[in-house]
Parts: sequence; structure tokens; C-alpha cells
Amino acid sequence: MTTNAPLYTGADWDYPLIKKAFDAIERVAIDEMGLDPYPSQVEIISSEQMLDAYSSMGMPLFYRHWSFGKHFARDEMYYRKGMTGLAYEIVINSNPCLCYIMEENTMTMQTLVMAHAAFGHSHFFKNNHLFRSWTDAEGILDYLDFAKAYVAECEERYGPREVERVLDAAHALMSHGVHRYPRRQPLNLHQELQRKKERRRYEEQTFSDLWRTLPQRTGGPAPRERALDERREALGLPEENLLYFLEKRAPRLQHWQREILRIVRVVSQYFYPQKQTKVMNEGCATAVHYHLMTRLHETGRLTDGAFMEFLHHHTNVVFQPEYDDPRFSGINPYALGFNILQDLKRMCLNPTEEDRRWFPDIAGNGDVLGTWKQAWAEYRDESFILQFLGPKVMRDMRLFSVRDDADEAKLVVEAIHDDGGYRDVRRALSAQYDLARHEPDIQVVDVDLSGDRRLILEHRVVDGRLLEESDARQVLRHLATLWGYGVKLHEVDARTDQVLNEFPEVAPAAD
Amino acid sequence: MVNIVDRRLNPKDKSLANRQRFIGRARRQILDAVRDVSARRKVADIGQGGEEISIPADGLQEPGFRKGSDKGLRRHVVPGNKQYVAGDAIPRPEGGQGQGGRGGSPQGEGEDAFQFTVSRDEFLDLFFENLELPDLVCTQLTKVKHHGLQRAGYSVSGSPSNLNLARTMRNSLSRRLALKRPRREETRALDEEIDRLERSGKDPERLRALIRLREEQVVRAKRIPYIDPIDLRYNRFDPVPKPISQAVMFCLMDVSGSMTEDMKDLAKRFFMLLYLFLQRRYQHVDIVFIRHTHIAQEVDEDTFFYSRETGGTLVSPALEEMERVLRERYDPADWNIYAAQASDGDNTPADNPAVVDLMESVILPVCRYFAYIEVAEERGWEMTTDLWQVYERLVKAGRPLAMRKVKSRADIFPVFRDLFTPVELRR
Repeated sequence: MTTNAPLYTGADWDYPLIKKAFDAIERVAIDEMGLDPYPSQVEIISSEQMLDAYSSMGMPLFYRHWSFGKHFARDEMYYRKGMTGLAYEIVINSNPCLCYIMEENTMTMQTLVMAHAAFGHSHFFKNNHLFRSWTDAEGILDYLDFAKAYVAECEERYGPREVERVLDAAHALMSHGVHRYPRRQPLNLHQELQRKKERRRYEEQTFSDLWRTLPQRTGGPAPRERALDERREALGLPEENLLYFLEKRAPRLQHWQREILRIVRVVSQYFYPQKQTKVMNEGCATAVHYHLMTRLHETGRLTDGAFMEFLHHHTNVVFQPEYDDPRFSGINPYALGFNILQDLKRMCLNPTEEDRRWFPDIAGNGDVLGTWKQAWAEYRDESFILQFLGPKVMRDMRLFSVRDDADEAKLVVEAIHDDGGYRDVRRALSAQYDLARHEPDIQVVDVDLSGDRRLILEHRVVDGRLLEESDARQVLRHLATLWGYGVKLHEVDARTDQVLNEFPEVAPAAD
Repeated sequence: MVNIVDRRLNPKDKSLANRQRFIGRARRQILDAVRDVSARRKVADIGQGGEEISIPADGLQEPGFRKGSDKGLRRHVVPGNKQYVAGDAIPRPEGGQGQGGRGGSPQGEGEDAFQFTVSRDEFLDLFFENLELPDLVCTQLTKVKHHGLQRAGYSVSGSPSNLNLARTMRNSLSRRLALKRPRREETRALDEEIDRLERSGKDPERLRALIRLREEQVVRAKRIPYIDPIDLRYNRFDPVPKPISQAVMFCLMDVSGSMTEDMKDLAKRFFMLLYLFLQRRYQHVDIVFIRHTHIAQEVDEDTFFYSRETGGTLVSPALEEMERVLRERYDPADWNIYAAQASDGDNTPADNPAVVDLMESVILPVCRYFAYIEVAEERGWEMTTDLWQVYERLVKAGRPLAMRKVKSRADIFPVFRDLFTPVELRR
């Protein structure tokens, strides 16, 4: 059934219209584009509720902590003063996918927002490999419900102050509470036996008596080093997930405190893929809404007026101020993501000679959606940019790379959007989105549980970028609170192993 | 397939608990800020609407391990190149912003002040935290009936909103078990078996028995309802009489010609605070406004705070007026009596004996607390006034009288707090 009458005229929305618009979008998105989103739940909220949602990381429910109140107070004031607008929508990576839309939006905005969130973001959440392997869309809301109740119960039992102390400390370590790489699942007994058998068989098959006659190496590592190695082995060190380490190993934590650390860690892990895919996620959603809205207009389901209104919002969203513009605040992820995807589309359909050189697999393959979907599924920002940022986008956005060495008086332009510079600009931009470079690499390297129990951390410094001192000191204090004994941090150059800076030992606050 | 839900009617203020936690944490800083604000505002504005305050961010940062921006080597890719080619050197931009693409920390942290708005209620709560009327006693239990509700177990009748689901369902379940009401699974199993037997046509004997059993079950299930009125339990609330303390506050203000506009402003500010404080903290406090020149009259609050008047100065008429009101309306046996007086300390010397007499014989014996505020010019002479001397003698005699001097707007709040902070909480 295809009618070509406009879905709506005028700015007002009501439920039947929203339903109708959703169905029309869905038909294009699923049947024409072949997207694969979660089922959706569209929730209509007021601006106050949007502010509420803002303050708890956009989630519909969350445990209680003063910092969320702080964010709320600030957002509210900015909003009331008209310094910032509110987001048009919030979307939650859950199954069903929750999309919040605001009551004061016009019908065109609601249509746009549904196309953006319920299909763009939702498809991305469901298909991107990071989200698939790291987040549990089915369970997250239930988990948050549990977390909220658990924290509340702890507050009741142990007092809000005690809980706040643990949460403050855990929040300070939140960005270092994620597993960056998938871990091996521990084997169960059956698998363990199986493996043992296989190894035995292999040994038997490859047995050679000759090995016995080789002279033994004498000495081995000094006993102290061996003790250190054994200790580290037993504790699973070095460990970069500080919250995980504390949860499992901190000697003086109560059970409930460990559980709270775990909650913060799970939340942090849940948001980790979002941090790594800002450009792609927004790019995907923006490209999808642009495609959907254009198709709706082409088939007569959107009036010209509505389409103009849409274009107005769309251009605002993908607007990229230049570096010397007072509005500039970094690269707009919507703009960058959208530009790269539109450029891919152009390459697939109308490739130039340059495209054939740069992207032989993509140029002229004619399969826009297939190329897009593969990109959305298998990359994250860093690799996405490295793989798909083409020279045309760099030219259009006039990207250039600046080297900022704190020891030099001046900044140096390293590469610009020309033949000699494309690859350098691309590499630098990709590195800019590499979380592993962005966040300091801090690991627990040693602790002597049978001795003074002092926890030793190491920051492996890249490019001489040391930690921000006052913040680091505060975090160390929090860390000592959780660990219960002294904590030391030294900063070591990743290349030369030379110690660059040493923080004095922080003892836990007496209370 | 989509589900559209209207959430607009859901309870608002979901983050209220977080906000309270935040305010609790920033209490000290907020209190300082509130005090500054109270000195700045106009009399009429105190306690009106919300208040924007700005507090220092210490104790409110959310630290994290971050790479510093002042050391080492970084690369930024930024859009909008106009004139640069590779190898160009650019002077470092001022303030470190703009060029870098670091765009400030998203949390808006750092050493900056943190700005936000507190609501009127929050403002006043902070304003009057820990203040109370001294020596308030419950005087009246009989005259005014004031009841509170208290949980008192369960009852078998009540309004539907008080239905206790857990209890009700527990009763229902135990009754169903005791009376052997057929369970739905049993019925279903029976149905299936009947169905099977009917299809196969085997064992008609058993089929008949089963059908009979099934019919019995239907009857039984009908007779034993799932929830019976006897299962219902309601939360019960008992009314408990609550003792209340009746109190009256007399506000005496000198508005004579010797008071300059500034002094009147100070006095009014003080009373405005007192008025807000009493209104907010005590439901059952009457307030009597008396202003005086050489004559005194009881007025309503608008006249008291906003009208202008001048004349000579006599203090005793004000005290007489207070005495008249006391006699007519407030029996000291039933009421806690408080008074606050503001004046520049001027009095016609001939009036002083009358003042002493009134205070000693009538006013102070019935007062729980009498606060005297003397307002002075900011750069006035440091001299003791007539009234101050008179009252000082009374204080020495151990009367419930407190005296303070106020010279500037900034003094008002500390003096006010000082006068109404309970002894236990004073440092």
C-alpha cells in the first residue's frame, strides 16, 4: 500500500500522527534501506523531564549522588538563561530502544527525531561490534533498577555519608574502570580436563629424550625479582582496570562497598563504546535521518514546507564552525561523521580518478547501503577515520594538523589538505579519537600484600604528557580511601622507562 | 512496531534527591553566598522568588586522571584552514582556548566559581537553618485541636487508597490453600486429560469421573473467590493529638524623626528577617506590629514595613501599647510571649523611668525573650544611648533581655543568627 498524500500538514502533532509518521519511516528504513534496529519505544516528555534525564547521564533511572544534582543545577541555570538549548532527543541503548522526544517539538521535528534516534542510533547500537560485545541492551535497565535500589539500601543501612565516600572515590576512577580488551572466559572443569588431556597427548607425541641431555641454565632470575614476578602473577598484575582491581583485591573493603564499585564499573563499561564511537554514531544517525527524510519528501509524504524546516534543522546540526570562529569548540562529530558517510556514498556512485586511487574497493561499487552498513558494524571512530576519511572531505572541511609542543614557543602547522598532507592529517585526526591515547595509561604494577601493602601505580607517559597534578592528587586520595593503605604513583616514559615524575605516597584519610 | 508512551504526567523532580544531596554537600559555601546576597537585596525582595548564587567550587570538583595540557607534545586537527601551508609557525593563541580544539573540559570544572539558582524555599531554609525561638514551651493542649496521623497496624476496613496489598494477598493465598480452591494449573491439566480421553474414546468410565470432577471444581472455584472481602486489610492510621505551642511576637519599631532613612532600612530589614523566619518555622505564631514615634499604634504588616512616618520619640507609649494588646488578646498563661524592639536608642530623658518601670513590672516578667536591636549610623559616634544604658541595667539584673548593635546591612544577618541560635548550638 503506497499513498502519496503528505503525512501531515502544519506544525502540531498528536499520537495518531506520530504513529503514522513512524510507520512511514519504518517502511522506508526497513524495506528500502534494510536497517536492523531494535524495536522502539517512543516516550514523550516535557522539557523539565529532559533536564532530569540530562543530569543522570541520560538514563531513565540511576542511583543517587550529589554530582548529578550539581549537573542538574548547572544545566537548569544555563537553560533558564537561554545559554543552551536542550537536546531534541535522548536515545538509550536498550532493547526496546527508548527514544525520548520533547513535547514542544513541531511535527517535523518529531519525525526527524524518530528517524534519527529510533532508526539511526538504534541500528548502530544493535549492529556495531563494540556495542554487541560490550553492552547488554536487554539487561541495562533492569541492572540500573537493581543498582538504584542497592545504593539506596546501602544508604539506609550504612548512612549516606559512607556511601557517598565510596561513590565519590569510584566516580574519580570511573574512566579507569573499563576492560579495554575482551578477556578470556575462565574454563570450566570439563574444558580444563579436556585441555590437560590434549596437552599430555601432544607431549607424548613429541617426546624426545634428547632434550634431557641439554645443559641446564644455571641461576635464573634473582630471588627478589622472582618474588616480585610471583606476586604479580598471583594478583593478575599489571592491571589497568583500577576499579576491577580494587573490587577484587582491596583488603579492607566491605562486601557492599565492593558491590558499589562493581556498579560504577558496569556503568562505565556500558558507556565505554559510546565514548569510542561519537563520530560514527552521530554520523550514522544523521546520514540515516537525512536519507529517510529525503525519501519521504521524494515520495510526497513530506510537504515542501516541512522539508524546508527539516533542512534548516539539519544544517544547524551538521554546522562546523572554523577554528577561528568564536563558536568553535572542537570538531562537530555530527558534521565529520555525516561528511564522511556522504563522501562514501558519492564514491560508490560517482567515483573520481582520485577515489579509485584511494579507495579501490569502494569507488564505483554502487552499493551505498552495503558499504555504510559494513562501516557501521565493524569500526570505531579511530579506525573509521583512518579507513574512510577521504581527501575530498579533508579539502571541503579544510582540515589541517597543528603540532603543539609545550617546549616550543610557537605552534607548527604539520600538514594541510594537500597531496603531501592528506595521510598525515588523517593519521593525526584518527589519533585524536583514539581513547587509549586520550586517556592516560595507568596501571597497578605492584603491591606487597604480605608486607606494607602499599599500592604502586604507574602512568606510562606518551609524548611527555604528564598528569594534571592537582586532579591526580585528589584521585590518589580517593584511591587510598578505597585501598585502605598507602598509594604511590610514578610516571614513567613509555619508550625509555625513565621515571619522569613521582607523586608522594598518599595515606588513607583517618576517619 | 512502535510503542508510544506519554511520560509528561510522570512525577517531576526526579533529580530532587540528587539536588538535596548536592546542596547538603555545598552547604557551607552556599550559606556564605546566601549571606552576601541577603545584604545586597532590597527589603521588599528578601524571600521573593529564587536566587541566583555563585559558590566556589572547592569540595565540588569531580576529579579524574587526566593528561595535563601544559606539558608534552600534542597534535590538533582543526577545520577551516585559510592561509597556512605545511611548516608554518603560528604564535600560541592567548588563553590557550580556541585553537587547541580542546574546547574546555566538558564538566565545566576547574577552579571557577560554580553558579546556579536556589529556589525560594531552599534559600529560606538555608537562611534560617538551626534558628529557633528560645525557651518555647507547650502551653496549650486543650483549646486548639491539632491532630497528626500515626501508623497503627492494619484494619479490616478503610479507604481503597490505604489497601495493603501484601497483607491482602497473603490472606487470600492462605484462605485459598486452606479451602482447597482448585488451582488453575490443575484445572488445565484436567481439561487436557478430558480432551485426550474424548478424542481417543478410551476408558469412558474414567472420562465420566473426570468430567464430574471438573464440574465440581468449577463450582468450588466459584464458591471460593480468588479475593474475598474478608481478605482485605487496610493500613490503619490513628489520629494523635499533637501539642502545639502558641506564641506571639511583638515587633516594636521606632520610626521617629531621629531615625534616618538608613537606620529605618536596617530596622526594617531586621524585622523582615524575623517575619520570614517566624512564618516559615512556626505555624502557630502570631505577630503583632507596633510602631511608634511619640505615640504608638498597632499596625498591619504592610503599614509596618512600607509606610513612612515621623515625629518625636517616646518609648513608653510603645510598651504601653504592647501591654494593652497583651491584656486584651494574649494571656501569658496560654501564650509564649516574645518581643523584638528596634530603635536608634533615642528617648526623651524624662521618659526613661517610665520605660524601666513598664519593662520591669509588666513586660519582662511575662516575656520569654526580649531582643533589642540598636541601629546606628555606619560612621556614627561610638556612644552609649539613653535606652541602651537603661536596658543594660535590666540585663545586669538577669532579665531575659538580649541587646545587639547593628551598624550596616552586613551586620543584620549575623546579629539575627546570634539572637536566635539555640544555646546548645552556639560555639
